[in-house]
Amino acid sequence: MNEMNDIAKQLLKEVSGLDELPKGAYNIRDNSKSVARQSSENIQIVGKEDKSGIDIIVKPNTKSENVYIPALVSCSGVHDLVYNDFYIGENADVKIIAGCGVSTGDSCDGSEHNGIHRFFLGKNSHVLYVEKHIGVGTGTGKRVIDPVTEVQQEEGSFMEMETTQIKGVDSTKRFTKAKLKANAKLVIKEKLMTHGDQFAESSFEVDMDGEDSSVNLISRSVAREHSKQTFISKINGNTRCMGHSECDAIIMDHGVVKAIPEITANSLDAMLIHEAAIGKIAGDQMIKLMTLGLTESEAEAKIIDGFLE
Amino acid sequence: MLKLENVSFEVDNEKEILKDVNLSIEKGKFVAITGPNGGGKSTLARVITGVVKPTKGKITFNGEDITNLGITERAQKGISFGFQQPIRFKGITVHALLNVAAGKDLSVAEASHYLSEVGLCAKDYINRELNAGLSGGEIKRIEIATVIARNTILSIFDEPEAGIDLWSFNHLIDVFKKMHSNKEVSIVIISHQERILDVADEIIAMVDGAIIKRGAKDSVLPELLHCEDPLNCLNCQDIVEA
Repeated sequence: MNEMNDIAKQLLKEVSGLDELPKGAYNIRDNSKSVARQSSENIQIVGKEDKSGIDIIVKPNTKSENVYIPALVSCSGVHDLVYNDFYIGENADVKIIAGCGVSTGDSCDGSEHNGIHRFFLGKNSHVLYVEKHIGVGTGTGKRVIDPVTEVQQEEGSFMEMETTQIKGVDSTKRFTKAKLKANAKLVIKEKLMTHGDQFAESSFEVDMDGEDSSVNLISRSVAREHSKQTFISKINGNTRCMGHSECDAIIMDHGVVKAIPEITANSLDAMLIHEAAIGKIAGDQMIKLMTLGLTESEAEAKIIDGFLE
Repeated sequence: MLKLENVSFEVDNEKEILKDVNLSIEKGKFVAITGPNGGGKSTLARVITGVVKPTKGKITFNGEDITNLGITERAQKGISFGFQQPIRFKGITVHALLNVAAGKDLSVAEASHYLSEVGLCAKDYINRELNAGLSGGEIKRIEIATVIARNTILSIFDEPEAGIDLWSFNHLIDVFKKMHSNKEVSIVIISHQERILDVADEIIAMVDGAIIKRGAKDSVLPELLHCEDPLNCLNCQDIVEA
């Protein structure tokens, strides 16, 4: 922590809620290197030898433990690429608090963080993965975050992903891929707000290979000013399974949102649903909140805050 | 308290939805507005609450000309409006909407109180989103709870009975009676329901954008329904209840 500058400390607080080192296992990465790391009795964090990144190994039957792995880029002109692999033992139940903050200060040099995460969930394990992305800085340097996530789920495992990107990231291309065995369950909740000339693409590709596996992808996004977003969800039902994806987007000003669903039933017993709703804030919603005493701008903020809650 | 003088509302300079309406609502009064569909009742409520602006006429509230004020300003001056078709919001919880209505952060106990008032079991609803998961009757009762939580000097309800089951209807009548027990506040309810008309101090009949009669139920209904004895006429009962 002592090696971190004030910007890094501020980013750490925003992406992970930490203002001091947490208990248990953690790895804090700042400007492409680990600045603090600790393993716990049940969760081991080991640096990779062949490339930049860490292995997070959770022992079977570990219960109710947290792992913090925030990544920060607190200087301009940094292009960070990291490979993190998570091995979750059978019957383990853990919460992983990730997140990335990129600052370019007042510089015109851009900064970039690309995290390649792979999750291997053992039988009947449960992971809650919480990730928040933010960008700060007043310069013209672009703040870019392009995460790739791969999830492999063994029988009966349950993966919950909550991802949030609300401000300051100029460009993001997110790709999430998952393969599910029997009775495995994947729930992804994504919240996204873009403004200015920002661009965000979120792409999912899920294969349900095991019987009675299920996936639920829920995306809520707001595109303001001249920003653009693309939501791509590919779900393949290869056996008896349930798949659902939902893209809800509010467009404002000149914002553009594109939703591209692709659901493929490769089995008679696959049940797949895609829903997409894109539109501006409903006039009736504004009127209702104004009849409760809010001004037009307060009503708009209330609707957006609630939508992205 | 509320006065409308020569208020008209036209659409596209052609169709007159409200025709030269003159109306005053006194403090502490409970007034029901009834009449056939398309008669201008909902438009009258929207004109009073500022959702639409009248094309002619003047609206005074508490002695102040509010004709040119917007929805927010009228709400802040003490006018509340229960929508005929309540609005749904993805992500906003019942508790959050009640906070907005009350103008402050309500404790769970305070918010629960408003839900209990409209016959909802608070713990089942307080954290629910106001989304499509709520039935028409549930969201209607929450709508009424927001008006109660505002606690303003004028409350207008547009067909509050619509979507509410018969069992809950008695409770709803009690809600309005309780509101009416406060003689500082006025209530205007647009309704076709005879039992709501029964508890009102006065009834206003609107037909084709104009007020055709105002007074006690016994004097208004015969004129509205062109029938000498509407309360004992099955045909009229069907019309009133429809």
